[in-house]
Amino acid sequence: MAEDSDRSRMPQTMPRKSATFDDHTLAEIRRAAATGIYDIRGGGAKRRVPNFDDLVFLGASMSRYPLEGYRERCDTQVVLGTRFASKPIELKIPITIAGMSFGSLSAQAKEALGRGATTMGTSTTTGDGGMTPEERGHSDKLVYQVLPSRYGMNPDDLRRADAIEVVVGQGAKPGGGGMLLGQKITERVAGMRDLPKGIDQRSACRHPDWTGPDDLEIKIQELREITAWEKPIYVKIGAARPYYDTALSVKAGADVVVVDGMQGGTAATQDVFIEHVGIPTLAAVPEAVRALQELDMHRQVQLVVSGGIRSGADVAKALALGADAVAIGTAALVAIGDNDPALEEEYNRLGTTAGAYDDWQDGNDPAGITTQRPELAARLDPVQAGRRLSNYLTVMTMEVQTLARANGKSNVLNLEPEDLVALTVEAAAMAKVPLAGTSWIPGG
Amino acid sequence: MTVATELDLDSLSIRQVNAALQGAEEGAFRVLHAGGAHALACGLNATLDVTIDGHAGYYCAGMNKHASVTVMGNAGTGCAENIMSGQVRVQRDVSQSLAASGHGGLVVVEGSASARAGISMKGVDIVVGGDVGHMSGFMAQTGRLVVLGDSGSDLGDSIYEAQIYVRGAVASLGADCVEKPMAEEHTASLTELLARAGLDADATSFRRFGSARKLYHFSIDNMEDY
Repeated sequence: MAEDSDRSRMPQTMPRKSATFDDHTLAEIRRAAATGIYDIRGGGAKRRVPNFDDLVFLGASMSRYPLEGYRERCDTQVVLGTRFASKPIELKIPITIAGMSFGSLSAQAKEALGRGATTMGTSTTTGDGGMTPEERGHSDKLVYQVLPSRYGMNPDDLRRADAIEVVVGQGAKPGGGGMLLGQKITERVAGMRDLPKGIDQRSACRHPDWTGPDDLEIKIQELREITAWEKPIYVKIGAARPYYDTALSVKAGADVVVVDGMQGGTAATQDVFIEHVGIPTLAAVPEAVRALQELDMHRQVQLVVSGGIRSGADVAKALALGADAVAIGTAALVAIGDNDPALEEEYNRLGTTAGAYDDWQDGNDPAGITTQRPELAARLDPVQAGRRLSNYLTVMTMEVQTLARANGKSNVLNLEPEDLVALTVEAAAMAKVPLAGTSWIPGG
Repeated sequence: MTVATELDLDSLSIRQVNAALQGAEEGAFRVLHAGGAHALACGLNATLDVTIDGHAGYYCAGMNKHASVTVMGNAGTGCAENIMSGQVRVQRDVSQSLAASGHGGLVVVEGSASARAGISMKGVDIVVGGDVGHMSGFMAQTGRLVVLGDSGSDLGDSIYEAQIYVRGAVASLGADCVEKPMAEEHTASLTELLARAGLDADATSFRRFGSARKLYHFSIDNMEDY
């Protein structure tokens, strides 16, 4: 007894979980062992990567003069497609809606995105699956994606579009195709894609009729010929080798280059692909800008940046690094109701929680956004959801203006790298701006 | 006999030629001195009869609707890509990705086609008088690909509901593509298609290939096929 009592008073080693084998890792090993299949999910990279939060603006000081908030004008208009297109797109704000497919999203969600964007004078984008009448009808400015699958591709929609985006890759999965699982393939979705209802639909990872930048140059020529050289032509690349891919896109004749970082979302892809392929948005922007500058094409070929853009601060920082506009996807879905805590009980029934729901491929979204089930999709009121999106875009725009004025800029496109410093060595190296309080740019 | 309007690429730009064709509502046109130019006669949208005198480059007759386009020589990559309707005929050979993602209409090649003929086809009928290269019919969704000669390797890889008919040898079949029996309905359908294509061949001498439909749903049991 005496010995036991002594032992209980002895200092004990605290149970310690492994940093390498953390709870998430252990759960994933057990899940893989039980099912024999890898995890497929929606969304972008969830782990922390260097991002725009790691930068701050310096604002005004003795040598930099601010503009008066709410008084002095700070313009936000952007024109995309000035290089070759006879009808460039004029946006009232530098924030656009990224490509998301009907099929992955409900028709109501697509309509809501169109309504919100149109209210704000900006563009929305089709996705892998073609253009729906609802989307065209509610989107004043609509970008039509030309994807490897060519689902729903037709020349009438090409001519109906306001711009064309040739998708080479996306940040969530540079080099990867897509998979829309059978449960989301309703009769309408299947019809638009010329495939049987209910089967898994592979979206190809390579375009069927071109390989490499030399071919792409001719492909772009064809698209211009079909649309009488009116439409701006974007080339969207997943952030992998942004310097070379941007340069090659310019060489191929792009009016606009869209660079999508690894935080950018996808409808359904392997988790291992999302988390381990591609580079962060922050790292991609300066490299894309460098390519444009070296070709003397910066601001002549516009740069749109996407992948994890959440706030006006993110937008302002992307613009300061040299982008002309940004595109939002995940944030827009959240604005219209995705992962709403009000639906917590329903998320719990799906084995998850609000804020973490990413099984977009299953089509059971209680918010009615990433689903084709009529009873769920009907929950989303496109008018109200569109209004929420326009409210959100308004706030982001005002935030960008606030930051631009603080840095003495009368146009948000006048923001520049000199306005920024980094809070971490990694961010300083990637963004190519000095570490705060120093003049040191690692690698510079 | 209708006199064709001549559009001479020696004096007109490709834009001018295409604008003239795209703006016409009907009639016959003859494009002279094609010289392998790219994107010729693409995006047509009316019942025109267009003859291209010489070789065409990439994407000739791309996204064609309603028009009938004939290339007197060879055609480059992506000939009749995403064709919606109408007819495209090439009198000699074509390069890769013939009628890629074609949604409808008829594409006839009197010579041979290179790799990936009919890739991602979505309803078009393709008839090739000679051979086709490797990976032809890759991810072919619907429509018919008919080959009077031989096929290269991996024919019909990842095919969906498209039908492939080959008269000659098949180097190998791709994932989930299998030979299927030729029923009377297939012979009749192929006979009609060959007649429409203007190519003389006995439909009963063809073999038919299509999807085994084993890969329609992602399954760990198919690991060896992925």
